[in-house]
Parts: sequence; structure tokens; C-alpha cells
Amino acid sequence: MLVIFVKSAVLLLVVVTTFAYAMLFERKILGWMQLRPGPNRVGPWGLLQPAADAAKLILKEDLTPKTADPLIYRLAPFISLLTAFAVYAVVPFGANGDGSPWAIGDVNAGILFLMAISSIGVYGISLGGWASGSKFPLLGAVRGTAQMISYELSMSLSFVGVLMLAGTTSLTGIVNAQERLWFLIPQALGFVIYVITAVAETNRTPFDLVEAETELVGGFHTEYSGLRFGSFFIAEYVNMLTVSCIATLLFLGGWNAPFGLTLVPGLAWFVLKVGAFMFFYMWLRATLPRFRYDRLMTFGWKVLLPLATLNLVATAAWVALH
Amino acid sequence: MNPYLPVAIFLAVALAAALLFTVLPGLLAQRKPNPLKLEAYECGVEPTSSVSGRFPVRFYLIAMLFVIFDVEAASFYPWAVELHALKLFGLLEMVVFIVVLGIGYAYVWKRGGLAWK
Repeated sequence: MLVIFVKSAVLLLVVVTTFAYAMLFERKILGWMQLRPGPNRVGPWGLLQPAADAAKLILKEDLTPKTADPLIYRLAPFISLLTAFAVYAVVPFGANGDGSPWAIGDVNAGILFLMAISSIGVYGISLGGWASGSKFPLLGAVRGTAQMISYELSMSLSFVGVLMLAGTTSLTGIVNAQERLWFLIPQALGFVIYVITAVAETNRTPFDLVEAETELVGGFHTEYSGLRFGSFFIAEYVNMLTVSCIATLLFLGGWNAPFGLTLVPGLAWFVLKVGAFMFFYMWLRATLPRFRYDRLMTFGWKVLLPLATLNLVATAAWVALH
Repeated sequence: MNPYLPVAIFLAVALAAALLFTVLPGLLAQRKPNPLKLEAYECGVEPTSSVSGRFPVRFYLIAMLFVIFDVEAASFYPWAVELHALKLFGLLEMVVFIVVLGIGYAYVWKRGGLAWK
């Protein structure tokens, strides 16, 4: 009991620290891609920037607009943060020699747990925008809710191909099934659909229409300040990390070493793959402009959904006839 | 040991952490009250009207379609895991299911349920 308790606390600390440095690296990478140095004033190479940001957010005044619903206004960032953290209860990061995974809970319905918890995250955004009692947040929240539920469909369909090939919903089982061939290769279309929908689910560029600062000021979190804004911010980055972990576990072979390079430990491969996916996120942000809303919805319903179904039927035919 | 016990413990720790982030602003944040700060943001001018809460009916339609299609997607999961054992029978069953689903999808498309103009 106590051991699990300590492990949980340590894992959460690791996740929050990863968030802090993912944010610093994003600003650095955006800086380099735009030929400027990025944050470099706080500490050597800007390494203490996350600590300075945290102190600023904690001490900043916490405002609640008088038109807001005070209880739900405070509840929304809490929901976002809790769901962002909660998924790490089942994510495995590596395995011992005997195959037992390094995870808090090794449940056999791991992928269902992930899907269930991360779907609750949409409440944080829709309630936060609605409870602010202000126009821009409401617009951002309504748009964001429709966007997230639309893309969630294709996302859950893109997992089905992986489940068919692995024959299990356990995340450890799925990684073990990729020992010889990563699912990236037989499920290439599924992976592309997953990447697109995952970027949309985490509301990142080019699908950041919930924030859309050029049209909606700050979108659903316009009225939030201080650590409540910070909670949404942490949740967004932790969700990015979760998405990168899922992509690694389901499509990129988890902690399996590529090309038989088993000399490097599995955890290092896992971290490397997650890091590469996070970098891809930041690269997207530096490169792509924002989608137009009607195109976003049309793309989700008229392109991604049929494609995901097609991928599902093709994979099913292959699995059933072999 | 039940594999869900560690999950429950982790959820409790996550709950405590999220609660900490929720109460911390009340304890540490500075307060300099000012009636103007409590206005809803509207680009610096006084709010012209209250939030009406009315928005295009399309969003409701999307929500309803989502419920239908997501339930369908959920029914794929147990089938996908057991497809190794079900073989051709499982495949044909699901093709029938997808055809029925596809008819509904084509109908929604044709009636303009997916259009955003």
C-alpha cells in the first residue's frame, strides 16, 4: 500500500516536471525555428524559467468575473487537471525481464480506461467556458466541445485496428505483441488518423480553435488568471504527453528496441519515442496555420470518419482471413 | 492483489494534487480588489449585453450524432479483441453492422447534417 502511494506521488512529480520542461523546450524550439534564442535569462540557458513561471502563476491575483458561476468556474480547471493526471494510473513505461510492466496499475482494460478518463477532459473546457459568463469563453467552449467529440469518434476507431492485431486491450499486451513488428507498419493509415485526431483532441495547432487567440482572445480560458489558468495550461501539456505515450505504446512499439538494439534499456527507447512525438507537436505549432472551423468539422466527419472505418474493415478482413 | 487497487490509490493521489492546485490561489495569490477587474472581458469596453447562451442548432445536432456513432464505436472493441477466434463469421457479422451504420451515415450526409455552411 505505502509503496504504491509513494510510487504514485513520484510518478505525478515526474509528470509535472516533464510538463515544466516540455514547456521550456517548446519555447526554445519555437525560438530556434524563428531564428531567435528563446527564454535565456532565468538561470543558465533559461533552465530555471519553469520555476519562475510557476511562482508567478501562484502569486498572481485570482479573478472571478461577477457574471460567472463561482462554483463551476472553480471546478472546471480542477476537472481538466484531474483527468489529465488520472490516465497515468495505467500507462506502462517499461518491463522487467520477466515481462511484468513498470506501471502503477497493470489492468487488462488499460486502453478502455485511457479512453474513458480522457473523454471526461472535455467537461473541463466546456464547463470552464460556459461558467465564465462571458462571450469569448462561451464561443470557445462550444466550438471546442463540438470539435473534441467529433474527432474522438475517429480516434476511437483508429484504435480498433491495433486491438484486432494485438487481440487484447491490455497496454502491456499490446506492446508485447509488437516485439517483432511495430503496428506503425501494418496500421500506417490508423497511425495517421490517430496523429491527426490526437492533435485535435489536445487542442493544439493547427486545431487550436478553442483558444484561437486571433479571433476569440483566449477562447475558453479568457477570464481565468493565476493558477486556475495554470491548471488548464498544465492539463494541456500533460495531455500532450499522454497522447505521445499512447502513440508510443500502440503504434511505435512501446519499450521494444528497433533493429534489435537491445543494448539500450527499454525505458530509454520509450522516453526517446515519446520525446520525438512531443517534438513533432512543437514542430507542427511552428509550421502550420490554424484550420477554419467549417473545414475542421467537415474534415472530421466527411474524411476522417470514413477513412477510419475503411481502415477498420481492411484490417478486420486481413485478421479474419489469416 | 486486485489490479485496480493501485489504480484507485493513484487516483486518490491525483485527486489530492488537483485539489492542491485548486485551493492554492485562495491561499497564496495576492488580492487587490477593484470593481473593473470583475467585469467580463470584452476588449476593454463595457460588456454590451449579457451572454445569451444561444448558439446554432448545428452544435446540438453534432452532439446527438456523436452519441449515436460513439456507441457504435464502443461496440467494435469487444469484437476486435475476439476477432482471432471469430474468423470469417465475425468479419461478416461486422460487415453487416457497418453497412447498416453506413446507410444511416449516408442519410445524415444527404440531409445536410454534416454540412457547415
